[in-house]
Amino acid sequence: MELVWQGTKQAVYLLIHGDPEVLRITLLSLQVSGTATLLSLLAGIPLGTILALTRFPGRSIAISLVNTGMGLPPVVVGLFVSIFLWRSGPLGFLGLLYTPTAIVIAQLVIAAPIVTGLTVAAVQQLNPRLRVQLVGLGASRFQVVWLLLKEARLPLLAAVMAGFGGVISEIGASMMVGGNIYRQTRVLTTATVLETSRGNFDMAIALSLLLLLLTFAVNWTLTWVQQRGRTP
Amino acid sequence: MSGPILGLEKVRVTYDGIRVLEVPSLDIQEGVTLAVIGPNGAGKSTLLRLLGLLERPTEGRVLFRGQPVPPWGKLLPLRRRMATVFQEPLLLDGTVEENVALGLRFRHADPAVVRRRVQEGMGILGIGHLARRRTRTLSGGEAQRVSLARALVLDPEVFLLDEPFAALDSPTREGLLADLKTILSKTRITTIFVTHDRDEALALGDQVAVMIGGRILQVDVPERVFASPVSEQVARFVGVETILPGNVQSVREGLATVEVAGWTLDVAAPLTAGERVLICLRPEELTLFPSGVLPAPSSARNQLRGKVVHHLPTGPIYRVTIDCGLLVMAAVTRQSWEQLGLADGAEVVVSFKASAPHVIRRA
Repeated sequence: MELVWQGTKQAVYLLIHGDPEVLRITLLSLQVSGTATLLSLLAGIPLGTILALTRFPGRSIAISLVNTGMGLPPVVVGLFVSIFLWRSGPLGFLGLLYTPTAIVIAQLVIAAPIVTGLTVAAVQQLNPRLRVQLVGLGASRFQVVWLLLKEARLPLLAAVMAGFGGVISEIGASMMVGGNIYRQTRVLTTATVLETSRGNFDMAIALSLLLLLLTFAVNWTLTWVQQRGRTP
Repeated sequence: MSGPILGLEKVRVTYDGIRVLEVPSLDIQEGVTLAVIGPNGAGKSTLLRLLGLLERPTEGRVLFRGQPVPPWGKLLPLRRRMATVFQEPLLLDGTVEENVALGLRFRHADPAVVRRRVQEGMGILGIGHLARRRTRTLSGGEAQRVSLARALVLDPEVFLLDEPFAALDSPTREGLLADLKTILSKTRITTIFVTHDRDEALALGDQVAVMIGGRILQVDVPERVFASPVSEQVARFVGVETILPGNVQSVREGLATVEVAGWTLDVAAPLTAGERVLICLRPEELTLFPSGVLPAPSSARNQLRGKVVHHLPTGPIYRVTIDCGLLVMAAVTRQSWEQLGLADGAEVVVSFKASAPHVIRRA
């Protein structure tokens, strides 16, 4: 218990005094996972909407694949992204391995199926006749899609939270494609692992607290947006 | 009336190879309210979606003002001249006002125009006081009023209604039906109204189309559809009945005097003088006497003279059509038919009680 107490005291001291290294790691985490989530929304919401609203051969297989992708183990993603970005790999010439961009790519691969799958579910839980009704009132295709997404905004924000939650907390892929390089690709999760293995529990606890705070702040903001104007 | 506004030509709809609709031809005149009735699964809603350009026929053409409609994907401008209301109100999360404005916003109407039309529309449907209410707090009847207002503010050339009252309790339904009747008779919008309820069809329809098994079996004025169904199938669905349009002349002590095609009938119904009504008589309610035989004194106070047009033996019951200036349908047992010495062309007296008719008010 003494260890936890001492660690927490030290952690609070580090946070209050704004340790530059801790700050850098936190900002990088936010930047990398935020970018990955944003990109996954740009890909996942349109893709999920198409899967939910259109009929084509192979559609149910596509949805099954997306749903499977929602449970992709980050280490598997890390492995394949590493292979692709490896110097002798197909995309090795880009020189992206062990850069923040590599982590963004890996996290995008993790978050996109989550956002896509939850978007499919969000749009499909709407009354299917609502779409016909909107067309029957003279809505263009764009107006229909826009209003359906607006109508599904509560579950869609849940998709955003799930996507962000999935990537901010993952460690396997960030470690493998980022390499946990000091001042370059060290993020909150990889740094916590390192500090713990070194026995620097104060630092590890400080980083964990920040990770929790960050996750809470983001989700709290999204929940606020989601629940605004709602009466129970 | 200036020619058909909507039409179908050799239209056929199949789902997975199964035919659900087949209409060789249908013309809908401008300004007319067409009530489409039929049992569940008859293809009524499919017909409505075809006419509302919300579904493509597998074969055949949909015509708008005599011209084939543009290919799928280029229908938006035409769709914006129509408005559809479904059984469910299908409102969006938001206020009543926002929902009523929806279609106008789709059309990028001027904000001032939107405000004015929304105010008018809510006023007509009696929901002005609900303007700021959120739609999920509305009752079923209120929500359906919002849905109707949302369509009517568009001032559509064609107004399509798919069972708009089916989900409502009967007092709510009657109130809304009466209001809609007033609106339609005032605006004369071409309306296609799908229902399984005969009373609704009679109350609203200038014309009635009977659909069974994916086909339109009869299109005519309501009186004729109900009085002289073209086939046994139609007859079985509409219930062979006599429907007589009339005007209430006077009312005394709950007994109304109704003028019907030159006859004066006594009808026990809560009516007011000047109302237009439809007098519905079930065949079992009518008694037949050969002309010249004086009926026994009874409470059967209405007597019409006529001539037997034809009779249709259906087992021990004969369905007899009598021309009294209007066609009347009676049912007599084979025994009475023979005892009374009735035959096609025979002069008869039709008699029924003042309490026998079912009365439907018309717009």
